[in-house]
Amino acid sequence: MLPDNKGYFGDYGGRFVPETLVPALNELTEAYEEAKADSTFWAEFDSLSRHYSGRPTPLYLAHGLSKHCGGAQIFLKREDLAHTGAHKINNALGQGLLARRMGKRRIIAETGAGQHGVATAAVCAMLGLQCIIYMGEEDMRRQSLNVFRMKLMGAEVRPVSGGSRTLKDAINEAIRDWVTNPRDSYYLLGSVVGPYPYPSMVRDFQSIIGKETRQQILDEFGRLPDYIIACVGGGSNAIGIFYPFLDDKDVKLIGVEAAGKGLNTGEHAASLAAGSVGVLHGAKSYLLQDGDGQIRETHSVSAGLDYPGVGPEHSYLKDTGRATYVAVSDKEALEGFQLLCRTEGITPALEPAHAIFHAAKMAGSLKKEQIIVVNLSGRGDKDMDIVAEALGVKP
Amino acid sequence: MSRITSVFSQPGHIALIPYITVGYPSIEATLKMVPLLADSGCDIVELGIPFSDPLADGTTIQKASFYALKNGVTPKVCLEVAKQLRQKVDIPLVFMTYFNPVFSYGLEEFCSACNKSGIDGLIIPDLPPEEGSGLELITQRRGLDLIYLLAPTSTDERIRLIAEKSKGFIYLVSVTGVTGVRDKLPTDLEAFVAKVREITTQPLCVGFGISAPEQARQVARIADGVIVGSRIIQLMEDDESMVDVVDFARELRSALDRPNRI
Repeated sequence: MLPDNKGYFGDYGGRFVPETLVPALNELTEAYEEAKADSTFWAEFDSLSRHYSGRPTPLYLAHGLSKHCGGAQIFLKREDLAHTGAHKINNALGQGLLARRMGKRRIIAETGAGQHGVATAAVCAMLGLQCIIYMGEEDMRRQSLNVFRMKLMGAEVRPVSGGSRTLKDAINEAIRDWVTNPRDSYYLLGSVVGPYPYPSMVRDFQSIIGKETRQQILDEFGRLPDYIIACVGGGSNAIGIFYPFLDDKDVKLIGVEAAGKGLNTGEHAASLAAGSVGVLHGAKSYLLQDGDGQIRETHSVSAGLDYPGVGPEHSYLKDTGRATYVAVSDKEALEGFQLLCRTEGITPALEPAHAIFHAAKMAGSLKKEQIIVVNLSGRGDKDMDIVAEALGVKP
Repeated sequence: MSRITSVFSQPGHIALIPYITVGYPSIEATLKMVPLLADSGCDIVELGIPFSDPLADGTTIQKASFYALKNGVTPKVCLEVAKQLRQKVDIPLVFMTYFNPVFSYGLEEFCSACNKSGIDGLIIPDLPPEEGSGLELITQRRGLDLIYLLAPTSTDERIRLIAEKSKGFIYLVSVTGVTGVRDKLPTDLEAFVAKVREITTQPLCVGFGISAPEQARQVARIADGVIVGSRIIQLMEDDESMVDVVDFARELRSALDRPNRI
């Protein structure tokens, strides 16, 4: 079972954090292990997943998209229909319940696209917890609608002006807050990144996506899919859907990173496709860095993928070959976005639009009886301004 | 005895340890400043290798790091600066940086280069002992002191672990927080230092938030050394003559030499 007791997936993971946080991480690991073994914890998680988040989310056969591509049948795991509009609610709910159980009433979190921030703000409002969200100034500009949503739900949104003013810097600032307030605060990290136990804990909460998918496809077709495709920034929606299929060797797992303006331009966010091993935000993993170990600035049209690192378990899956990782550009993602709007009447977030593009590209060369599942990790309402701008229209 | 250990072998002497970011505000300033600090009564100088994501640092050192990076200060440049400084001063020089630049350089290659530049030790705030065993082996073989940090949140078990692993001295982080100037010392600092003293006889140096001679004097009553960073960086900002920094270092020195003066 991975990770090992030091939080490693093979060579990746671990805990590269200031001493102040090591005891806090020990406390968190212990509390999570205890909760994990407690059926009442999961009973509450399941109940709220159903009645608050709206789970299970449907697994939808995208007839129009499949017909358009003229090959494999494409299914969409509709995380866009989950409460707050993305898969992020699964993890926010799980960790929110854990924080309350630990008696921590001040929640800090980072957000990129704003989906994790909104999910955290929602869970905090529902559980009566104080909520502080760090968000890069550039992302606040790109995702102003989500900033407003967080504030409506009572969260305090703190702008981060350091570095590239995006997700990476928001995580730095959230960690600085946690170093300052380790005793009374809970850091609700939003992806499968960061020091142990976050990569495995966030995976566990997100693996509900894959468990449902497995059950749904078996119920309907009596067999497992041939391909599962998901976008990868930090990689939580991808791990969430991949994890329950790891032992099913015939199910091919494909992660889709952001190629931004193109891998050869240097303006992208594809840590697995074009990065090298290093340490960022407390874990050893693939990341985008220069020859001196300085973290590079990244670019993606989607704020949620605009991150120079990736979860350590993805690095492990890449090296072992259990999953493969490809990269899709801004332009292609916008094509995927429009394609799903036209063929299905579904507006995806720009993040899964990367996965949609790759699935559509693959489907044509596959046989009709083959099955692709795409994790449609979020809905696109938040991205309307960006898409309009990119397409050169004023909505 | 390492050069760092010998600093703490002088009975009753409290070590003064300033931190400066290499290349802030310029490489020339670093080359000029360190000998001045050595002459003003500093015992060890921490040389900061800038990193793009300094998550243990507050705004002052973040700003200095970004500025230095923009000016092209790489680990190689820092090693070269250290080599030149080693020709000018005898006091121990310690690199403070984050793990990724060291990892990227190659642990063995980096430590070898440190040897050639006359570096005496390393402080890496995002490398707790659980992750440090690889670097420990190399630093020990190469006679470099790998200095670990303790925090107010450290348990007795961790204090014992770090006391066993840390070489040269133990860096006590005075507060739960990041580096930066603070008005007051934390009220529980004395108890924290006393708790560590019960467990180990290693020299204990206190840093984070110490920014005035009076604070240094208070720390001198309980610790073996005082680390001052952000305040020095602030003074260096627009002080080309470096008079202010030298005056400040002298004031700190005199406060440490007379810890019981009211």
